[in-house]
Amino acid sequence: MPENDNFETGLFFLTGGDFDRAGEASSELRKVLLSKDISLDIIRRASIAAFEAEINVIVYATAGMLRFTLDDKCLHVVVEDMGPGIEDINLAMQEGYSTASEEVRAMGWGAGMGLPNMKKNADEFLLLSDVGIGTTVELVFYLKPKRIKTL
Amino acid sequence: MKLNDIVSALELKVITGGGAMEQEITGAYVSDLLSDVLGNSQKGQLWITLQTHINIVAVAVMKEIPGIVFIGGRLPDKQIINKAESEGIVLLASPLANFELTGRLYQLLNQSGELPQ
Repeated sequence: MPENDNFETGLFFLTGGDFDRAGEASSELRKVLLSKDISLDIIRRASIAAFEAEINVIVYATAGMLRFTLDDKCLHVVVEDMGPGIEDINLAMQEGYSTASEEVRAMGWGAGMGLPNMKKNADEFLLLSDVGIGTTVELVFYLKPKRIKTL
Repeated sequence: MKLNDIVSALELKVITGGGAMEQEITGAYVSDLLSDVLGNSQKGQLWITLQTHINIVAVAVMKEIPGIVFIGGRLPDKQIINKAESEGIVLLASPLANFELTGRLYQLLNQSGELPQ
């Protein structure tokens, strides 16, 4: 076990179509972050990005999970699902592009802003997808300013 | 401007959260798209919407939005009210249409010097 105050991990199962519980996983994550010595700006960005990733599982997939690991240096959130996968990742990353159903749009989701919102809020954003198998989103948030060495 | 003063000036109906009326409101964000609110609203802004889907409460919590104003006489169902109560989100309603309510609130906040010039 690493010796630091921030160390924590968590795992939440997500069910496709369960809009009533949408946001519970990222809300729990937010509560964990609020209990730690982490800047509010990072907590806000992490909560928004995790929420968008969670919503995508509920909108598109059969099931999925959200896992996080927190240590002194960073928060690492992985959201993976058993879903349809993304045909064209470049297209999916365009703001305004969405394949959500009319029903989902009527709920206020499916505006084509979820993936761009994740990218905008995370310090590192990785999207892996296999059509017919599923999608994995990895989000990393640095808890301390990162020193960048220019070569 | 205090939420209390906004509620009385605009004759908003308080659905839940009457105990949290002393909060400072710095502006408002008007949208029915949840990801738009997640992406672009600012902390301390009221959220004006006709969206009455359950996920609005989670969005408000994540964005530290103190209150949601439903326009056009729309009212949320019991499930939303209960969730808002447990999360400490104020729910308000107005019979006015979006344009009119937003215009009045803008005028009110602008006159009180809340809005950036």
